[in-house]
Amino acid sequence: MSRDRPRRARTVAAMIVVGIALLLLALAPRPEGTTIELPGSEATASEAPAAEATASAGAAAATRATTVQDTADPHQAHEGHAPVAPSRPEAFTGTEHIVGPGERHERISDALEVADAGDRIRVRAGHYREGPLTIDRSIELIGEGWPVLDGEGEHSILTVTADHVRIQGFILRDSGFSHIRDHAAITVEESHGCRIEHNRLENNFFGIYLARAHDCLVRHNDIRSSATREATSGNGIHLWDVDRVQVEDNHITGHRDGIYLEFARNAVIRSNRSEANLRYGLHFMFSDESFYVNNVFARNGAGVAVMYSRDVVMSRNQFLDNWGSSAYGLLVKEVQDSLIEGNLFRGNTIAIHSEGSDRLTFRLNRLERNGWAVKILANSQDNYFTANNFIDNTFDVITNSRQNPNTFDANYWSQYRGYDLEGDGTGDLAHRPVRLFSFIVETKPVALILLRSFFVDILEVAERVLPILTPETLTDENPLMTEVPGGEPWA
Amino acid sequence: MGMIRIHDLSHRYGRLQVLDALELEIQGGRCTAILGPNGAGKTTLVKCILGLVRPDSGRITIDGERVGDDPEYRRRIGYMPQIARYPENLTAREIIQMIRDLRGNPDDTDESLVHDLRVDGELDKPFRTLSGGNRQKVSAVLAFLFRPGILFLDEPTAGLDPVTSSVLKDRVKQERDAGRTIVLTSHVMSEVEELADSVVYLLDGRIHFEESVAELIGTSGEMNLERAIARRITARVVA
Amino acid sequence: MNTLKIARYQLRDVMRSRWVLLYGIFFLLMTDALFRFGGSGERVLLSLMNVVLIAIPLVAIVLGTMYLYGSREFTELLLTQPVRRRSLFLGLFTGLALPMSVAFVLGTGLPFWAHGGLAGGTGSSLLLLLGTGVGLTLIFASLAFLIALSTEDRIRGLGISLGVWVFFTVVFNGLVMLAIYMLADYPMEKPVLALSLLNPIDLGRILLLLSFDISALMGFTGAVFRRFFGSGLGQGVAIGAMAAWVVIPFALGLRSFHRKNF
Repeated sequence: MSRDRPRRARTVAAMIVVGIALLLLALAPRPEGTTIELPGSEATASEAPAAEATASAGAAAATRATTVQDTADPHQAHEGHAPVAPSRPEAFTGTEHIVGPGERHERISDALEVADAGDRIRVRAGHYREGPLTIDRSIELIGEGWPVLDGEGEHSILTVTADHVRIQGFILRDSGFSHIRDHAAITVEESHGCRIEHNRLENNFFGIYLARAHDCLVRHNDIRSSATREATSGNGIHLWDVDRVQVEDNHITGHRDGIYLEFARNAVIRSNRSEANLRYGLHFMFSDESFYVNNVFARNGAGVAVMYSRDVVMSRNQFLDNWGSSAYGLLVKEVQDSLIEGNLFRGNTIAIHSEGSDRLTFRLNRLERNGWAVKILANSQDNYFTANNFIDNTFDVITNSRQNPNTFDANYWSQYRGYDLEGDGTGDLAHRPVRLFSFIVETKPVALILLRSFFVDILEVAERVLPILTPETLTDENPLMTEVPGGEPWA
Repeated sequence: MGMIRIHDLSHRYGRLQVLDALELEIQGGRCTAILGPNGAGKTTLVKCILGLVRPDSGRITIDGERVGDDPEYRRRIGYMPQIARYPENLTAREIIQMIRDLRGNPDDTDESLVHDLRVDGELDKPFRTLSGGNRQKVSAVLAFLFRPGILFLDEPTAGLDPVTSSVLKDRVKQERDAGRTIVLTSHVMSEVEELADSVVYLLDGRIHFEESVAELIGTSGEMNLERAIARRITARVVA
Repeated sequence: MNTLKIARYQLRDVMRSRWVLLYGIFFLLMTDALFRFGGSGERVLLSLMNVVLIAIPLVAIVLGTMYLYGSREFTELLLTQPVRRRSLFLGLFTGLALPMSVAFVLGTGLPFWAHGGLAGGTGSSLLLLLGTGVGLTLIFASLAFLIALSTEDRIRGLGISLGVWVFFTVVFNGLVMLAIYMLADYPMEKPVLALSLLNPIDLGRILLLLSFDISALMGFTGAVFRRFFGSGLGQGVAIGAMAAWVVIPFALGLRSFHRKNF
């Protein structure tokens, strides 16, 4: 009798443990790739919606997008479609003026006075403290051996008012801070065709400031500051009211906004790296028909903001590790008819935040390990998400309404729990990317402390069976069973 | 040597007062049988002395030393429980080795009972496969193994066949004659008569009577202990 | 000394009953499967986190209760020997907690090692996961001992164990959620933080969250939690609370064992 009791108890215990283990297995996140896939099936799944996507985006954006996507060499894309290219003199025919200790000109200002349009000033290594310098003739100002132009914390350093000016090879340091004037290391005003390349900008208020400058090229500049407060810092590259400007291969860090554009048209922002700036890595407003390609925006205070613009193409950029209570990989606000394609969003608090934006196409993006992958407010309409990879995000999609005026179709969701018995590469059951818990966190942010708890898992299962809070129409009817292939175009 | 003194010992399980202000002196070098009906507190008393049960109140001393938290006094005690319960997955050899180990591997152990009780063949089988009798034999081996000065034998022959039973009884006698203190509980009166020098009879947690075996039989005029005790109990009730 | 000897014999007993082997193999197969299908070490860790937080407390408390009931004979035998109750209790505890911890650590760690999943920042996250798992093993084994010592009826003891597990895995968080909604008008960040210290599973979960879900936690309220648990003080409090969760049930169990009648 008493011998039997332990045995019975042991049997009961074993049964309970096995039962709960089975339950656990059923609930445990199912690893990807467990279903059978047919060769080529994902191609049909992802291409069809992609074609529609192109049609629905703005025509201008779509044509350019195709080019950017298809051409192997990004420079070809630029030559063909972005009419920038400041004309470089075919052969140098002007006079050369040498500046430097022991040279004919000790001071740059002396050389600037005597140089005519078409001349070249070569500045030897040295430390030049000459107050603000103005270039009012079409000349080339070339540094050799990294001469330093010092703003001494007082004033702007170089101001260009003539067309076709080239500035290259300088260290520009310590432009003054002012509440009234936007002191910059290099200011270009009301001109066109400037080239600013291979300079090092250190600890300036504004870095490169272009106002009403057109057809300019800004490239290979290394722009660093160590700003600590937004109010006392300026932007790394500041473009205001410009046409056809190219910004390429620059590295910007420690400014307020890394790259700032306002009223820029037909700009091409390519292969820049903008990181650890106080506010936005890239910030543009009222800047239509522009390209943003192959840039890296990392660890900026608030990520990237795109506002009040249309016909924008953002492609193959990386939005990385933008953390904070109002930090976004990409914030789109009042943006229309644009294409966001082939980008990588990784480790951001919110990868994409869309507010009042319409007819945007998001495709072939990889959204990985973000807090919230897509936060789309209901005042954003007719946006189209297709062929994106949603991978290991805490929350994939969150919205603020039970209505859903946007379309999600044929994306890959690592949180998808369905199966593919038909073997067509898409899940047989629709996927609901909006989780109940994300709604709870939206209304009661403190509830975030219950993230990944068993209790929340149970709630989710209940909500899946009987949706009462999550939008019923926000579904992906054709969730892909495997990740959208295509390598890593941003790499 | 081996004198156990019990003073004012009380213990209750829930509402049941198992031991009720018990006073008892167990003489060293003799065999004392503790008798009484089921539930009289025999096993609890033994367990209190061993420290398995923590009495609610009272004091126990062995040779003047108080039984408390220091477990060293148990080095002198051998115990053969009423129901032999052992870790089911271990073998007898492992148990013996383990306890030997715990006691610091003394040299002068006495393993003669292994042979005498014929458990040699059972030593390497897991306990769960051993019969009740064989478990009982292993208990006996363990109780005598370290040549203890004090032996507690709780129903030692229950479940043993006549041959092993008498081997064991011979051994108890031998120990008694060698001057060890033996405390025995048993339902088999012939066994008590054969082994015990004196009898303590417990009833409702108190000592009903306490007398030497010879005296019991002598004064009652009965031919054996069982009848003598029966007479003694009824006599009390009548009186 | 005796503690170690006792633990050694209990270990042998435990190993022979094979459940601990099954337990280790469960983690081994699960981790290996996650690697084969899931890929990156980070993702495997994330999946394992759920299993660790649910399965370890369950197995530790259920098997711990069974184990102590099953060790009754062993206990009684040893208590007749010159062995201190404290040594015996420690030995019994070690005999359970050690093989469980080792089985878990090896079952989880070996596949990581074999699949090269330690690359990148996952090494420290894995350590945190293993540490949390071992911590939960100790805590729930202690609770199991406490339960098994306080009731003689094995079926009842098992029922209480399961009840305790359900409370800490589900009910507790339900109550937290309820509190958040009922007291919506008050700032709840700090009370909720304090509450999380009262549940060892939550404590483990939050420590792991900080390692895995940093992006999400950097937003909004998350920053409050992160700031607290990320600070030296917060981590001290968290580790202290975890330690208290090991020590208090263990001490209560020891006291109960000390007073128990066998």
